[in-house]
Amino acid sequence: MKRVAAIARKELVHIVRDRRSLAVAILMPLAMVLIYGSVIDMELRDLQVGVLDLDRSDASRELVREMTASGFIVEAARLASRAEVEAGFRRGRFRAVLVVPAGYAAGDRTGIQILVDAADAATAATVDNYLQAVVLRAARERLPAAGAPPPPFTARTRIWFNPELASAHFVVPGLVALVMMMICALLTSIAITREKEVGTLEQILTTPVAPAQVILGKALPYVGLGALDAALILAVGRLAFKVPMNGSWLALAAYTLLFIVIALAVGLLISARSSSLRVAMMAAIIVTMLPTMVLSGFVFPIASMPRALQAVCQLMPATHFLVVVRGILLKGQNWYPLQTAILAAMAIVILTLAARSFRLRLE
Amino acid sequence: MIRIDDLHKSYGATAAVRGLSLAVGPGRICGLIGPDGAGKTTTMRIVCGLLAPDRGTATVLGRDCTREARAIKSRLGYMPQRFSLYPDLTVAENLRFFADLFAVGRQERARREAELMEFSKLGPFRERRAGRLSGGMKQKLALSCTLIHTPEVLVLDEPTTGVDPVSRREFWRILRDLANRGLALLVSTPYLDEADLCDDIVLMHGGRAIARGTPAEVAAGFPRRLLEVRGPGLSAAIALLRETPVAGTDARRYGDRLHVVYTDQDQAAAVRARLAGLAVEVSPVGPGIEDAFVALLEGAS
Amino acid sequence: MSGEAVLARGLTRRFGRFTAVDGIDLAVAPGEIFGFLGANGAGKTTAIRMLCGLLPPTSGEATVAGIPVGRRAVELKQRIGYMSQRFSLYEDLTVRENLEFFGGVYGLSRHRIAARVAALLPYLGLAGTENRLTASLPLGYKQRLALGCALLHEPRVVFLDEPTGGVDPLARRRFWDLIYEQAAAGVTIFVTTHYMDEAEYCGRVSIMVQGRIVALDTPAGLKATTGGRDMQDVFLRLVDR
Repeated sequence: MKRVAAIARKELVHIVRDRRSLAVAILMPLAMVLIYGSVIDMELRDLQVGVLDLDRSDASRELVREMTASGFIVEAARLASRAEVEAGFRRGRFRAVLVVPAGYAAGDRTGIQILVDAADAATAATVDNYLQAVVLRAARERLPAAGAPPPPFTARTRIWFNPELASAHFVVPGLVALVMMMICALLTSIAITREKEVGTLEQILTTPVAPAQVILGKALPYVGLGALDAALILAVGRLAFKVPMNGSWLALAAYTLLFIVIALAVGLLISARSSSLRVAMMAAIIVTMLPTMVLSGFVFPIASMPRALQAVCQLMPATHFLVVVRGILLKGQNWYPLQTAILAAMAIVILTLAARSFRLRLE
Repeated sequence: MIRIDDLHKSYGATAAVRGLSLAVGPGRICGLIGPDGAGKTTTMRIVCGLLAPDRGTATVLGRDCTREARAIKSRLGYMPQRFSLYPDLTVAENLRFFADLFAVGRQERARREAELMEFSKLGPFRERRAGRLSGGMKQKLALSCTLIHTPEVLVLDEPTTGVDPVSRREFWRILRDLANRGLALLVSTPYLDEADLCDDIVLMHGGRAIARGTPAEVAAGFPRRLLEVRGPGLSAAIALLRETPVAGTDARRYGDRLHVVYTDQDQAAAVRARLAGLAVEVSPVGPGIEDAFVALLEGAS
Repeated sequence: MSGEAVLARGLTRRFGRFTAVDGIDLAVAPGEIFGFLGANGAGKTTAIRMLCGLLPPTSGEATVAGIPVGRRAVELKQRIGYMSQRFSLYEDLTVRENLEFFGGVYGLSRHRIAARVAALLPYLGLAGTENRLTASLPLGYKQRLALGCALLHEPRVVFLDEPTGGVDPLARRRFWDLIYEQAAAGVTIFVTTHYMDEAEYCGRVSIMVQGRIVALDTPAGLKATTGGRDMQDVFLRLVDR
């Protein structure tokens, strides 16, 4: 243990003394929360929507007022006929159109249409979900006495737990996953590969330290740094974007730690397999950052992906971690048997692979 | 063909070269000899027009290395310290690339390539990737690439560092052959044992030349004389001379022998007398470049 | 336990079909300075890695400081020191931090580390530099610091891999004076190099060609038997044969 401490202490000095990297490790996550959080937030706030009101009744006008009252939606144009929809989309006057059917006041609510410009597929789904939620809620509130069955409510759960659909609430958990991967996987693999390249690793191995002690000692400071970053992101999320915390901090810490172990294992695997610093950095970016951003449901909703890609998403640790963190923060549910099993299995498999290839490399 | 006058170059607060002068004529190999950080690489980079000096001049074939760098480049070959070939290109592709850089015509290139393959003995490896050559072969390929445009002046920065003795000897044979064809060569090395392979040497330390001349002249510049002590009683002799040193002498161990540095014959006689009872053989030897270098550095510090 | 500091009998290592070290025999006495020479790719590095317990031998056996290699690696590593040609130091650590770090990985007590560092700094001529960053030191200082890191736990055998490449002759002299003092105190010094001027400093040398030791004697003895002028000449004659 004394040897592990010696290595961890030395690694800490490296981190502290390399001011630029340290600044990046601490400021980048902060900048990412602020940028991602506010960009996506603003986009929803000024959503341009066209209105095609075929009913022209008090009820239909009330519906439109309800829709814009939230402040996230701006009525960009009032259309006279369906022919204007396509032209408006083409010119980019609005990103969605609300069509109120002629019989709305008389009780026809199934005829309400939401047309979304899906050219920007990433936000199309969000826009669709958002409009559905607002419009259908307004419609239901407006006409409770009609006695008709409640309208079909496809995205009910998501909207239920995040009624304003504030994207910052979704982004913050995703950022926790991304930054963990970056700090723990990328920095650890760089730290080990650099030591291999400079030749100090060989020197250390001629001392009585076991390889496992070297790895543990090197990884510990990065676990600390990763945890610090996670705390920072969550704090900023709470203060700047009012991300709620409905679950238990203990559960959040436990799952975060499990994810850190996975990220470290990925970093070790990369450093064991790569011969140079350059290779390690490229591999870490390709293996950790890109999939975590693209294939985890962080930026692009998994539900709107092709089936094959959805399967790939299930192989990403971040996918499952995101379900857990979003659940803890937004829903207050603290225990996830399925995700726990998947994440634990991933940790064991990757760690075993990493340990094996590390031993092979050292010989 | 290369001339350097009172050259100065600093990087911020660190002075890399402080008033260096030298000249290399056709058919001569001039060795810049000194440890890491002595200013060898900086000097060479100035000669090749890659760096501008703070003060002083460097000329190649009568042209200023900084102002007329372009004119010089086609007549000068430079081999940097680090292996700077493309490891993923084959031997032939590397040569061809450098030929294209120097705009060597097609016929000329074919003739030159055949010649270089012949004398570097790389012919059988034409299609091998450069990254998969041995250390010695890489150096020969790098040299061939710097020779593809038939330069008149060659500047080689530590070409034999990290290369084993067999390859080093072959490399120096090639350099001597080039000098015999009339090229002027400026070669740097941290290894004193390569000094004897040069026509002229400049011992560098801290950006200055602390000695210059032919290897024999530099060695002869050693102001003192040497006695060599060897034999089974060596350890006893070392202990004895350490406990009761002879005034004015200095004993240095070299593996299985001891060098005693002295100035006059009385001191030599005193050393011989002190070691008389021991199982050692004492004989005078001529100083080497290393003795001269150590003495100069001790005098400087 | 044998009296030899390094003893190898038929030590062999194969990688697949390639035999890197082909049955070498060695006996190095305590306090000896032994030069282990060979061209690039002759098998020196593989042999050293086996002797340091980093690589198990395919066949044959060796003991270093009385410990058989390949089985009791941790015990073995406790008794040896290793200094590589690249002076494997942490450039962003100070001189003292580097020494303390190696004390830590050797598992020395805090008290012993403090005592050893205090003793080594003046011995290595590094007093006054202890709080400087290693990156800012001249090469000769780094070299002595690297030696200090290898000596910190008072090993019985020290392996030096091309220890004086690129340093000036005066720094090299100072370095070898330290080595001779260590040897006089009974520490065995095992030097690998392919620079023949380093070989001149050794008491006995072996020359390795294609995995085998082709000659083993004092530098003077080798010069006499081969008729070589200096070690460079001796080496070339043996390798070409």
